[in-house]
Amino acid sequence: MEREDVKSIVESLLFVADGPQTLQRFAEVLEGVDKDTIQAVLSELQAEWEAQRRGVRLVEVGGGYQLRTAKANADWVKKFLGGRPARMGRATLETLAIIAYRQPITKAEIEAIRGVDVDGVIATLLERNLIRAVARKDVPGRPFLYGTTPEFLQLFNLKDLTHLPTLKEMDEISLPEIPGDIISLEQLEEK
Amino acid sequence: MSTHVQLPIFEGPLDLLLHLIKKNEVSITDIPIATITEQYLATLELMETLSLDVAGEFLVMASTLVHIKSRMLLPAGADEPDEEEGVDPREELIRRLLEYQRYKDAAGELDQREILTRDVFIRAAPPTEEVGPRGFRELSVFELLGALKRVIDRLPKDTFHDITLDKITVREKMTLLLDLLRRQNSVLFDSLFAEVKSRNEVVVTFLAMLELVKVQAIRIFQDEMAGPIMIEAAAGMDEAAEHAVIDDDIVENKDEPHGT
Repeated sequence: MEREDVKSIVESLLFVADGPQTLQRFAEVLEGVDKDTIQAVLSELQAEWEAQRRGVRLVEVGGGYQLRTAKANADWVKKFLGGRPARMGRATLETLAIIAYRQPITKAEIEAIRGVDVDGVIATLLERNLIRAVARKDVPGRPFLYGTTPEFLQLFNLKDLTHLPTLKEMDEISLPEIPGDIISLEQLEEK
Repeated sequence: MSTHVQLPIFEGPLDLLLHLIKKNEVSITDIPIATITEQYLATLELMETLSLDVAGEFLVMASTLVHIKSRMLLPAGADEPDEEEGVDPREELIRRLLEYQRYKDAAGELDQREILTRDVFIRAAPPTEEVGPRGFRELSVFELLGALKRVIDRLPKDTFHDITLDKITVREKMTLLLDLLRRQNSVLFDSLFAEVKSRNEVVVTFLAMLELVKVQAIRIFQDEMAGPIMIEAAAGMDEAAEHAVIDDDIVENKDEPHGT
């Protein structure tokens, strides 16, 4: 099989694929073509579409390859799809971050870090399939230990967990600007 | 006098403390505990004045702060003998604040990524029209109402000539729907409304459908979010329907023929 044929076939497979596909999966379909060739073809597609600023990009995400729209076109795609924008609240993001970096972790341990109850957030994250119970901790009560799912990687465009942004060291932490923070303590004192 | 008060939403006591530390332009590692405690308590009071629900965690932190403040006031060495010499009473709090800030930063970084369905998109799964094997999800009332709204939106607007109301009763529609399902077992929600021209008839059809769901003569479901909605004859449709519909005083319907 010609190399250009392989490339064309891989492109077709990527188009019809539901979810990220592994190199292994492509190799299974393209019998007789060695993995190195498929890998090279995937890298080429990735580089070419990037260079040509194409509307569809090939990204490595959640342990496989997937076609995604170019970020620059987000507004147009959103307008076309017409759905409500997917917004994620701070509580959700913070809880997800803690679970992502500290997994496996219990609810009590998350609450110790956040200083608030996380029952509701955990329920939402479980429902959205972004986290799952991976085991039970061997302590009294045998609480669930939570970890992230492949869907989490897909949502945040992560190839795998090792590609999470590096967590800051404790001595690197400084307080960021907090926008719109007006507490009228003075007005309170006036009373 | 109405004072306009803007209060940011705090995720919890640690979040509020970080906010106050930032606002006072002091270092996390050297918190002026008296000032921060005072402002923290004032904020809680403000939250209560605004009838915001002040969660228990905020109160626990308040007592922690007051405790630390009192320990700071004691002269060095005057502590109980079993307490460690020279330990800053703020230490544990500082550690918690730094730890929390660390994950707040991490959350911010995650938020910067190319998030699926916000920044980047994948191809939608192809819609399936055929009735596949079971494994469908039951629909919520809200999804049904959404579907009804789409039907109504499709109706021609302001049809002034449409004065003569077709007298179609809910009961009649129920009978028609049951006849249809006896013939073909399942039907697409949208196709029920395909021929319907008036708002009145849409509503009557919809009510008939709900009535049949209630007596468990039919089932309504969908095989994926936002997929086509299917209506299907339930296992005991005829028995269930008998209790609900089949009276003989069915008014003649002029548009469609109906079975007995």
